[in-house]
Amino acid sequence: MTVLLALAIGVLYAAGTYLLLRRSAVRVVFGLALLGHAANLLVFTAGRLVREGPPIVPPGALAPPTPSADPLPQALVLTAIVIGFGVQAFALVLLRRACQEAGTDDVDAMREERP
Amino acid sequence: MIAAVLSGFAVALLAPALAKRLGRGAGAVLALYPAALFFRFLSRVPAVVAGETPSASLPFVPELGISLSFRLDGLALLMALLVTGIGAIVLVYAGTYLEGHPRRGPLLGLLVAFLSAMAGLVLCDDLLALFAFWEATSILSYFLIGFEREEAEARAAALQALLVTGGGGLALLAGFVLLGQAGGTLEVSALAANAEALKAHPLYLPALLLVLAGAFTKSAQVPFHFWLPGAMAAPTPVSAYLHSATMVKAGVFLLARLHPALGGTREWVWVVTSVGAATMLTGALLSVGQRDLKRLLAFSTVSALGSLTMLVGVGTPAALGAAMVFLLAHALYKAALFLVAGILDHEAGTRDATRLGGLLPLLPATGVAAMAAAFSMAGLPPLLGFVSKELLYDAALRASPLPFVLVPVAVGSNMLLVAVALTVGFGPFTGPRGATSKLPHEAPVAMWAGPALLGFGSLAAGVFSGALSPFLSAAASSALGHPYGVRLELWHGFSLVLLKSLVTLVVGVALYRGRHRLRAFAERFAPLGALGPARLWRAGLAGLVSVAKGTAAFLSSGSLRQDVRVVVVAAVALLGPLLLSRGTFGAADALPSVRPIEAVLALLVVAGAVGAVVAGSRLSAVVGLGVTGYGIALLFLVFGAPDLSMTQFAVETLSVLLFVAVLRRLPRLRSRSAPRSRAVDAALAAAVGALMAGLVLAVHAGPLRSRLSGFFAESSLPLAKGRNVVNVILVDFRGLDTLGEITVLAVAALGVLSLVRLRLAAKGTAGAKEGGR
Repeated sequence: MTVLLALAIGVLYAAGTYLLLRRSAVRVVFGLALLGHAANLLVFTAGRLVREGPPIVPPGALAPPTPSADPLPQALVLTAIVIGFGVQAFALVLLRRACQEAGTDDVDAMREERP
Repeated sequence: MIAAVLSGFAVALLAPALAKRLGRGAGAVLALYPAALFFRFLSRVPAVVAGETPSASLPFVPELGISLSFRLDGLALLMALLVTGIGAIVLVYAGTYLEGHPRRGPLLGLLVAFLSAMAGLVLCDDLLALFAFWEATSILSYFLIGFEREEAEARAAALQALLVTGGGGLALLAGFVLLGQAGGTLEVSALAANAEALKAHPLYLPALLLVLAGAFTKSAQVPFHFWLPGAMAAPTPVSAYLHSATMVKAGVFLLARLHPALGGTREWVWVVTSVGAATMLTGALLSVGQRDLKRLLAFSTVSALGSLTMLVGVGTPAALGAAMVFLLAHALYKAALFLVAGILDHEAGTRDATRLGGLLPLLPATGVAAMAAAFSMAGLPPLLGFVSKELLYDAALRASPLPFVLVPVAVGSNMLLVAVALTVGFGPFTGPRGATSKLPHEAPVAMWAGPALLGFGSLAAGVFSGALSPFLSAAASSALGHPYGVRLELWHGFSLVLLKSLVTLVVGVALYRGRHRLRAFAERFAPLGALGPARLWRAGLAGLVSVAKGTAAFLSSGSLRQDVRVVVVAAVALLGPLLLSRGTFGAADALPSVRPIEAVLALLVVAGAVGAVVAGSRLSAVVGLGVTGYGIALLFLVFGAPDLSMTQFAVETLSVLLFVAVLRRLPRLRSRSAPRSRAVDAALAAAVGALMAGLVLAVHAGPLRSRLSGFFAESSLPLAKGRNVVNVILVDFRGLDTLGEITVLAVAALGVLSLVRLRLAAKGTAGAKEGGR
């Protein structure tokens, strides 16, 4: 399964990078979103895949049962998901605004529009 | 001793306020500080002459073993007395010279700070602390040379001086580090004690060359001499202080300081002596072609620094003795002559030597002081300059490498310098009155007192030179590394040396009488100056700037796609080979089995991403993104992360809503890139994908060792009273991070709001229509 996910992460990164290199600004924002997904899945996978269950302390115990999933990458990814959403929302509005001001969504043409 | 020297920086900070409050007398009041230091050092002379070396030490950077250790030996004492004594005189002078200048206070402050840095430099025993003071003098001199900041010429000269001496400073630092490696210590005294081993060390030669580069740039040796005449853009008191008496001597001082540790080898003798001799001759030759008093003095200073360097290079006891005497003699007369040049500029309105003459009746005090200094420079008995020139000739005659080259160089340069001395200090006061714009009158006493004191000093030191012998012997002994007695006397019988002095004087006076023809002759060669190292320097600088601009334009072009390509190529090129050569992809720690549901989810994620890439419409791309997002949420659920899953579901839903809300206002997707550029991008993207997939596999090659995860799992309930470990980490153990995250979201929300609400005025209107508002 790890190998399968590694390949999926590779595809996500490749797709994100490809979109980031497009001239259409909308695709650039899509690429940003895909790269966010890719990074989250990368950190999650690197923290090892475990089918046993979440790191929750059952009643009467002092620690989660072993084995259970590693809580640390989960905490990191959780933060990243939320931040990623913030970035996406901002990028989307910025994109809309930039297209309005520049009159085009061509990334290369926008560069000429620098004041 | 340390506190007394460092307190100068505090005094410097007070100077501007003090100057405002005190008005006219500010310079004199500030001069009390160096004067007090001067007498303090003077009181140590008997002890130092008796062979003691008072020292003090303060931890500076104890972690690196660097201490601020001061050591007052003969050489340090000589320099410290010059720095503080001439410093006091210059401050008094500058206070009056700059009267009415709006930034007189800051200038006085800079001078005091410079004085402290210079005193620290000459007293330091630790090389890294010495380097810190060295750099401080470079930086302060930048501000002092460029003091008239409205003038482009002054700014350019300041920058040039900073770049040349700063570049040399870098070489010096590297040299010091190598010396520390080779000698095992950064204390000069300890290095000198271990000199033989140091000279045999393989790092000796590189260290020596780097240190020499630093010393040569600071002391304006050929081929770095060009910055010094340019530095004459500084106000005259600054030139008198930095560019004659103190800062430019720092290089020579460093050579003398390190002579016991590094000197005496064949490399030292040949490199230092030949550079010094070349500088001596070049400076003298260039000086006779000048009209401006300050430039005349600047090139003669280059020549004097060359002869000092040459003497330290020769390195015999006689040579170092002569160097110390000349160091003192030169500081006395050259500072005086600079100050006189300032007075003439101030009172007569010109520094052009050809337009000044017959001023002695109008400026009697200044004139007498100037003549005393000029005669000392010309080497007329009974002034100190005469004594020092005798010693110089004697040392050159007995030098081990090529006396038949050094003697003609020394005699020839000195002949020219006699003419320069008389042109600067004698010519303006004698002969017919020149055509000056103002009617000159005597300068205020605060201005002529300094040159008078220095001129009188040149005379007294010459007449009573015998009394100076023990003091200068102590200085020479520190530079030699063993005790040596310099014999200073006005008369030591008829000898070859005396004959040379006489010939020098006679020819020099003849050259002075024919100075106008000499200058006209020298000016004919002026175009050759364009071929000099200054031109090479400017071309090199321009080249450096254009390379930097090219690099910046390539790495940060302003085009998003170009910049992303640079990052991607760099990442793949740097990480790829590393991963291939070091990484093991055995995936030993991986989860081998695949359940059907997991395979389906992974395929879903991939399919969504591919769909987003190939989509021709905005809506289908958003659908693809959504499929990927929800697929990942489900993967989280399968692998024991319900919290992640729930968050991802919520965020993904919000994202899709957001996209759909904005979608209609977004431009349609269009294919713009040429097929060729698409293929290149696809290849790059594939490389990134392969790199990241390989990274995941490489990470799984061995077991994961995380002590942190175990800590969180075990401490969650006992310490934070929470059962869901992920939540506890977020809100408790790493609560501050979460606060930061919330802040980021708030800032993003504000950004979104302002982008929606605010409109860029005027320019936006044309685009707004097309944007579909």
